[in-house]
Amino acid sequence: MDFTFDDQQTAFREAIRRFLVVEAAPEMLREIWETTRSGRSAELRAKLADQGLTALSVPEEFGGIGQSDLDWVLVHQELGYHGIPDSLTDSAYLAVHLLNRLPADLALKRAWLPRVAEGKARVAVGHPINPLVGDVEMADLLLLWHDDEIHALSRDQVEATPVPSIDASRRLYEVRWQPTETTLICKAAQGKALWQGLIDRATLALAAQLLGLANRMLDLGVDHAAQRKQFGKPIGSFQAVKHHMADVAVKIEFAEPVVYRAAAAVTENRPTASVQVSHAKLAAGEAALLAARKSIQVHGAMGYTWEADLQMFMKRAWALDAAWGDRKFHKTRVSDFVLAEGAALGPGSTFI
Amino acid sequence: MRLTYTERQKAFRSEIRSWLADNVPKTPLQSFDTEEGFEQHRQWEARLFSGRWSAVTWPEEMGGRGCDLIEWLIFEEEYWAANAPLRVNQNGVFLLAPTLMEYGTDEQKKRFLPRMAAGEDIWAQGWSEPGAGSDMAAIRCKAVRQGDHYVINGQKTWSTRAVWADWLFGLFRSDPDSTRHHGLSFVLVPLDTPGITIRPIKQLNGLPGFAEIFFDEVKVPVENRLGAEGKGWNIAMATAGFERGLMLRSPARFQQSARLLVDLYRRNRDVADADPSIRDAVIKAYMDAEAYTLATYRTACRLAKGGQIGAEASTNKIFWSELDLLIHETAMRILGPRGELVQHPVEAAAINGATHNWLDGFLFAQAGPIYAGTNEIQRNIIAERMLGLPRA
Repeated sequence: MDFTFDDQQTAFREAIRRFLVVEAAPEMLREIWETTRSGRSAELRAKLADQGLTALSVPEEFGGIGQSDLDWVLVHQELGYHGIPDSLTDSAYLAVHLLNRLPADLALKRAWLPRVAEGKARVAVGHPINPLVGDVEMADLLLLWHDDEIHALSRDQVEATPVPSIDASRRLYEVRWQPTETTLICKAAQGKALWQGLIDRATLALAAQLLGLANRMLDLGVDHAAQRKQFGKPIGSFQAVKHHMADVAVKIEFAEPVVYRAAAAVTENRPTASVQVSHAKLAAGEAALLAARKSIQVHGAMGYTWEADLQMFMKRAWALDAAWGDRKFHKTRVSDFVLAEGAALGPGSTFI
Repeated sequence: MRLTYTERQKAFRSEIRSWLADNVPKTPLQSFDTEEGFEQHRQWEARLFSGRWSAVTWPEEMGGRGCDLIEWLIFEEEYWAANAPLRVNQNGVFLLAPTLMEYGTDEQKKRFLPRMAAGEDIWAQGWSEPGAGSDMAAIRCKAVRQGDHYVINGQKTWSTRAVWADWLFGLFRSDPDSTRHHGLSFVLVPLDTPGITIRPIKQLNGLPGFAEIFFDEVKVPVENRLGAEGKGWNIAMATAGFERGLMLRSPARFQQSARLLVDLYRRNRDVADADPSIRDAVIKAYMDAEAYTLATYRTACRLAKGGQIGAEASTNKIFWSELDLLIHETAMRILGPRGELVQHPVEAAAINGATHNWLDGFLFAQAGPIYAGTNEIQRNIIAERMLGLPRA
């Protein structure tokens, strides 16, 4: 039993953190999100690739570094904390999950995995659990669900209509397309399990990002409370304000290990993985939503402005909490497990 | 990260499981807040000791098994799953003992620990006073040195188990001119010493679960002091750390309650589903019990690698006390008009023979956010020590 990460894993996380502090400061992200149509920066993507982030899941034979879901979970916490948009996760984690599990002789797999690893390709992933597909206009390849089949299309094979989100980091599209024999790359018989694994990984990725977002909003709230003075002293010295922030810290403290257990379950393909990632996303989402609510309260009127950075992270938290399965979806998965006849519950069942 | 048990840990689990199967009383003991129930529970402690199960984390020479924290968690899981009796000597085994091992002399360890492990000495706590609750540094009860004795005068209150306990550990003002957290000493007091008057206090359930204690010229030998004179505050803080931290409320307790809640809900869906929010609360209770378990395993692993338990002890205390309320409030909502009934045999139904008195649990859950440092105090600690917010 070892519930800690090894030194290499924590060192990698630390390196990513230091990198993002410099290269993805809020003012830089705002510039990209608010002034460009794509909301993405080729320059930032190249730098992320230099850090190895686009190669993380890609096997070594395709030019990647073949790391596990467990390594990703720490990275996703940092991506969440720094508000890195969805395209990186969609391309380098989710699309790679599908591509990795396609037959080895498939030309598409050999063609795209190395390009994703190098940071030279963005892949959009569409599944009906989300009504819209992210980053379609920038996508070099789309992997789309159709009755549990996987279809691969190029951008010009789909009709995409942008649908604005209040979260300025998001680029969402309504997509119309025709499945054909030539777009089909994986039949439903095999595709079903791959999509199932994809939903679990997307849920895990978002859970970890929501934890990162919760931590960011907590830090912003604490910073503001320590600096803002009223009645001649920092508002953070008042108990009512302290307790808002303490409640958020408690929620984060008890969501993080739930996310880590889910990451281990996904990595090891445990039969409980789906339930545990759903629990993880519910717990992390609850922490993030509470962090948003409490942090805006502590910020006062500043929290209600576009100017304060809090809104960037708050809106991402609201959006991600409902993406890849909203609370209704994930609660149903947990409750179906808990209420089933003979469910393994109670003391001693935690690591089954 | 490796979230699996070793072969040794699995063998340990089967060993305790089979011992409990052979030894846990078939009919539940009476409450340890009755005279007869207290003695029954003392005998149960002795039975545990006879199998070397009463203090598994202690060193072998003190009557324990030298278990690490993961083994302790496994022990607790099996203990709660087996519906074994509550631990009447919890104050001693889980709170005083770790403090004694850290601050006690060898002589004190030999004198107190084996008797504690065997259930021969049952311990009560003596912190609160009428004027010192959350503000514990306002303690006034004096223990003034006279030669080789301390002479204690004053009053303690809310002392759990004190009505029938043998000993009390607590903080006393050994320097009469001192203020706040200076000049306090940590003293161990036999409760049969002349000059001590114990007045039972009835709790919500009508039983005398705690007491107020009056000290009138009570003489206690100097060798009953734990640690240096005047340094009691730091020692008490260490005890409070154990209490809020890992040892006071093991996660298995809440996993077992949550599992019984799921069972209660499943058997009563015909009435419970009339309020759809009940199902949501049941699932939340299950998830939070898991979260508390996971956080505890994680802390145990961090400690095993040389980490320290810090302000996260305060997050624990808030989390388990609120979880306990959620579990029992939800049970009461399911039971509806039967909830108030002191005995409702219908709900004494069983999983592996486990029964749960929801009303008792509901009443006790009301105390959770208050004892062991109120949750407001814990939030202050989190805000100031974990988050670095300024003091008032």
